[in-house]
Amino acid sequence: MKIINLDHNSSRPLLPEVKAAMVTAIERDYHNPASQHQEGERAAAALEDARESVARLLNCANPKEIVFTSGGTESVNHAVKGAALANAEKGKHIVISNIEHNAVIRSARRLQSMGFKVTSVPVDAQGRVDPQAVAKAVTGETVLVSIMHSNNETGTIQPIEEIARLTREKKIVLHTDAVDSVGVVPMDVQALGVDLLSFAANSFHGPAGVGGLYIRRGTRVFPLLEGGVQEHNKRAGSENLIGIIGAGAAARETLAHLPQWSHHTLALKRRLLDRLPAAVDEVIVNTHPEHSLPNLVSLSLRYIEGESVMLMLDDEGFAVSTRSACATGSLRASHVLTAIGLDHADAQGTLVISFGKDNTEEDVDRFLEALRRTVATLRNMSPLYRKATNGSA
Amino acid sequence: MYSKTVMEHFRNPRNVGVIEDADGVGEVGNPLCGDMMTIYLRIADERIADIKFQTFGCGSAIAVSSMLTEMAKGKPLAEAKRITNRDVAAALEGLPKNKLHCSNLGADALQLAIQNYEDRRDGRVRPAAVPAEKHAHEHGDKCYCPYCDVETKKGATSCDACHADLLEAH
Repeated sequence: MKIINLDHNSSRPLLPEVKAAMVTAIERDYHNPASQHQEGERAAAALEDARESVARLLNCANPKEIVFTSGGTESVNHAVKGAALANAEKGKHIVISNIEHNAVIRSARRLQSMGFKVTSVPVDAQGRVDPQAVAKAVTGETVLVSIMHSNNETGTIQPIEEIARLTREKKIVLHTDAVDSVGVVPMDVQALGVDLLSFAANSFHGPAGVGGLYIRRGTRVFPLLEGGVQEHNKRAGSENLIGIIGAGAAARETLAHLPQWSHHTLALKRRLLDRLPAAVDEVIVNTHPEHSLPNLVSLSLRYIEGESVMLMLDDEGFAVSTRSACATGSLRASHVLTAIGLDHADAQGTLVISFGKDNTEEDVDRFLEALRRTVATLRNMSPLYRKATNGSA
Repeated sequence: MYSKTVMEHFRNPRNVGVIEDADGVGEVGNPLCGDMMTIYLRIADERIADIKFQTFGCGSAIAVSSMLTEMAKGKPLAEAKRITNRDVAAALEGLPKNKLHCSNLGADALQLAIQNYEDRRDGRVRPAAVPAEKHAHEHGDKCYCPYCDVETKKGATSCDACHADLLEAH
C-alpha cells in the first residue's frame, strides 16, 4: 500500500537533486575541509558553496553568518545556551514563550540551574505571543529573548519583526527557532531583524542530521562544542560534508520553488478546512486563521485519543502526527495545546497534518474519508463520547 | 513499538460496547495521560455471562481492554477477581514500559465492576470511587522515567539518570 505522507513537518523527503548532489559528493571522496592541502581545499570549496546556497535561502548579509550543525536541536541549544553564557556578565535573565519546543524549554531549564532567571511569556488563545508581553517581561538584566518563528503543533507564526524592534532597541540578543518555518515560508533574516535563527535541513528536503544556526555578525555566542576552529571557530568538529552538500542542494531547490510549493499546499490546507465539517463534527481547529504555516493544520478531535487515531489512519495508508501525551511519551498533555486553552482531554485528540509539495487534492479527499471512518470507530468505543451524547451513542 | 498481539487487538477489538442495565459497571481513568475505561458486566450464576468495554485512550489502552474482556468472559467471579493488570500485559506479549504506567488499567476496571455487582447484590452503598485516581505504581508495578526510560524510585520527583523533572509525570 502506498502511504500518503501528511507529516511533512516531521521530515521532508530528499529531492532527487539532493540525492544526486550527495551521491556525487560521496563519489568525489572529499577530504577534510580543515586540511590545508589541495584535497582539503577542494572539500572546503564544496563546503563554502553549500554555505552560500543556505545563506541565500535565508537572505543572510554574509555566508559566514551560517554555522552548520547536526540539526535543529543542536542549533537551538547552541543559540540559547551560547548566547546566554556569552552575555552573562551583562545579566542573567532570559525570556522565552510558553509554547517553545522542548529544545528551548530544556535549554532554558539548564540555564536556570546555572543561576539564570527565565520568564516564560504566555500566548493568546490563538497561540500568538503579544510583543507587548515580551516588552513587559524584559528587564535590565535580560540578555536573550528566544521566541519561535512558527509552532510545530499549531503552525501559528509569531510576530518576530515586532519583537526584534524591541530587542534591537534594548540591545538584547534575539533568537528564533525557525525549524518548522524554513522551507515552508520565505525567510529573510535581515527583514526579520533577528540575531540568531535555528533551522534544520530536513525541513527543506535536505538530509536529517544537518542543520544550521544563523549568527548575525557581531552577536556574542559561545560555541556549544569546543575543539578545533571549524565553522569560523563557532562549532568545533569536522563538518558532515556530504550532508551539508545535500543541504546546499536542498536550499537551492527550495529557494527556486518555494512560492509555488506554498501556493500549492495552501490550496490543500484550505480544501481540508473547508471540507472538514462535513466529515467530522466536534472538532477544534487549532491553526491560526491568518498567521499560520501555509501547509499545516492542527485539529483536536474531541472524545478520542490521538495515538489511536494516528495508528488507525496509518492502517488506512496515511502518515500523520499526533500530539497526544501517550504518543509523545511525555505522559501529559502538550504544553502548547494547554497554553492555547485546550483542556487535557481535548488536547489528547490532536492531530497535526502537514502537506508537502507532492500531495494532491485527491489525497485530501481520501484522507477526510479515512478520518471520518476512524473517528466514528473510536467514538463508538469512547466512554467520553457516550457521556457527551447522554448515552445515545 | 507494539507487539503483534497488541496491534491485532487494537485493530479488531473484542467486546466493544455497552450493556444496558448491566449488573456491574467499573470505571477507571488516569488523569495524567487521559486514558479512561468503562467495563460493563452481565452476571449469571456468579459467572461473567457477558462483558463489554468502552475506552478512551491510546493503542495499548484499547488492546488492554479488548484482551481483558476476552480473559474474563465466561469466568466465575472468584476466578475473574484474580486477573491482574500484569496478566493482561503478559497475554498481550508485553507493553512498552511507559504504557504499563498509564494504559494498563483494564483489570482495575474489571475489579471495580465486580465490586459494583457485589455491592448491588448485597445492598451495600459505597462512597464515590477513589480508585479512579489511582496510579499504576500503587499496584506494585515499577516506575520508569518517561524521558530516558530508566527505572525510577516510586514517587521520585526527578530522574536519577537524566535529572528530568518528574513532578508532573507522577
